[in-house]
Amino acid sequence: MPDHRFFLELGGVVLALAVLARLAGRVGFSPIPLYLIAGLAVGTGGLIPIVTAEGFIETGAEIGIVLLLFMLGLEYTPRELADNLRTAAPAGIVDLVANFTPGLLIGFVIGLSSEAAFLLGGITYMSSTGIIAKTLSDLNWTGNRETPTVLSILVIEDLLMAAYLPLAAILLVGGAATSIAGSLALAVVLVGMVLLVAFRFGPAWSNLLFSRSDETLLLSLLGLVFIAAGIAAALQISTAVGAFLAGIAVSGEAAERARVLLAPLRDLFAAVFFVFFGLQIDPATIPPAAGTALVLAGVTAATKVGSGWWAARAAGVGSRGRFRAGTLLMARGEFSIAIAGIGAAAGLGERFIAIAATYVLVLAVLGPIAARVADPLVAARLRRRRLGELPAR
Amino acid sequence: MPEQIRRTDGSEIQETALPGVGVRYEFTSSAGVRVAVVHHRSGRRELILFEPDDPDCVQRSVDLDEVDSRTLAEMLGASKVAEHLARLQQSVEGLAIDWLPIGGSTPFAGRTIGDTQARSRTGVSIVAVLRGESASAAPGPEEELRPGDTLVVVGTARGIEQLAEILRSG
Repeated sequence: MPDHRFFLELGGVVLALAVLARLAGRVGFSPIPLYLIAGLAVGTGGLIPIVTAEGFIETGAEIGIVLLLFMLGLEYTPRELADNLRTAAPAGIVDLVANFTPGLLIGFVIGLSSEAAFLLGGITYMSSTGIIAKTLSDLNWTGNRETPTVLSILVIEDLLMAAYLPLAAILLVGGAATSIAGSLALAVVLVGMVLLVAFRFGPAWSNLLFSRSDETLLLSLLGLVFIAAGIAAALQISTAVGAFLAGIAVSGEAAERARVLLAPLRDLFAAVFFVFFGLQIDPATIPPAAGTALVLAGVTAATKVGSGWWAARAAGVGSRGRFRAGTLLMARGEFSIAIAGIGAAAGLGERFIAIAATYVLVLAVLGPIAARVADPLVAARLRRRRLGELPAR
Repeated sequence: MPEQIRRTDGSEIQETALPGVGVRYEFTSSAGVRVAVVHHRSGRRELILFEPDDPDCVQRSVDLDEVDSRTLAEMLGASKVAEHLARLQQSVEGLAIDWLPIGGSTPFAGRTIGDTQARSRTGVSIVAVLRGESASAAPGPEEELRPGDTLVVVGTARGIEQLAEILRSG
């Protein structure tokens, strides 16, 4: 039985998160970096280390990542995914090459293991869907011409995540080359099968799942997603993938209601997940990793702006819109932490975790700021060039 | 990505999917101003005008909930069917137009317009079936009726009354 300390600690942590979320909302920022810092403060070596609630927070973090990915899968119908893959494939490929490579290379250069370098590539590749969606609506850019381009890139990133996560999980488990190849083949077949079934039978099966009663629907959905996560974990392809695929398989009315019903649960447990990630970090490991993280952030901020700029140009968007697309996509957040979390769970070492955390802290804050600041700057520059004060290049 | 939809009157609407958000429709007015509407999945609509010196960027957007959208559509004359009918009514004396809802207890749920024998029994014509946000104009006798539909009917006032009674109790 949990004693009074458990509730006091848990209540203290959740209340602190509430204050931070309010603060972030006031300033107009994503609360994710603040949650990470809160985790740092209550972890080992932090200001007020917690003891009794840590077990619960660890389990809660697992649930958080499952719900985060499930809701991501719910966002899209299989048809949307297929259409996007067809129309935005070039932009998706440029985005992948330009942003995965720097993480991977820098990982090798600073002497991380090949698994850790592979994860670092994923961390620098994935933009934050959550932060970008919020920035889009804050800045009233939803109707802009570059927005469909930005959104399609995010969709492709999310879809590639379904292939990337099992790959990462299998590499982390390691073993002989033949057993890796075997697990890989199994994962590919499985992911392909689920996508195919979702595409064919998604609507019928979602109707079966749907219930007018919120309670029934909530319980059905949660049961389903946990089972899917469990199966995926048993096959060693990461709970997150199971949850994501389950999300894609649910569509129509059931998905619409699920988005409303699960959002508060997701918010709670995702916050717990970010705290848990921060909690695992010893604050003393951050300063030595900061330099590397800043270089990584600088390089991959530039590559994101570049790949976003290119994609918007290919879609026929004008100069200002191209920079808006690029700076918007700069933000990294929940998915980078999710990937780093998988590495942390596999025991990849504190240097890797400290770099990942600092990296996300920097870009989760700078991304939205860059989007806000860059657009007027680009506009002013273009205006001056038009007036002939700047030589046209 | 955008899909061009050419309408019968020669105008063109551009439709662009916004994955995770909804759909954006836009067209250029005859005066050369681009106007867009974003249909959010939540049912919210956003009416959008663009910056003159950066045509990719939203200058002003107006949020419309479902009632607002209907009000605006009506002000713009979207209910052309109703307008035509109103004009028709004025020109033919004794002609009445009415909207008859199909209740949940109607014996005609799942049956067709032909089954009601509206024309032969009451002389009333069913000129449109409104279902949710869609409307099918000039429906054939094979058109199925569902509870929740609304029928737009034309005939004499007496005939319409009779038809309403038939729809209620067969």
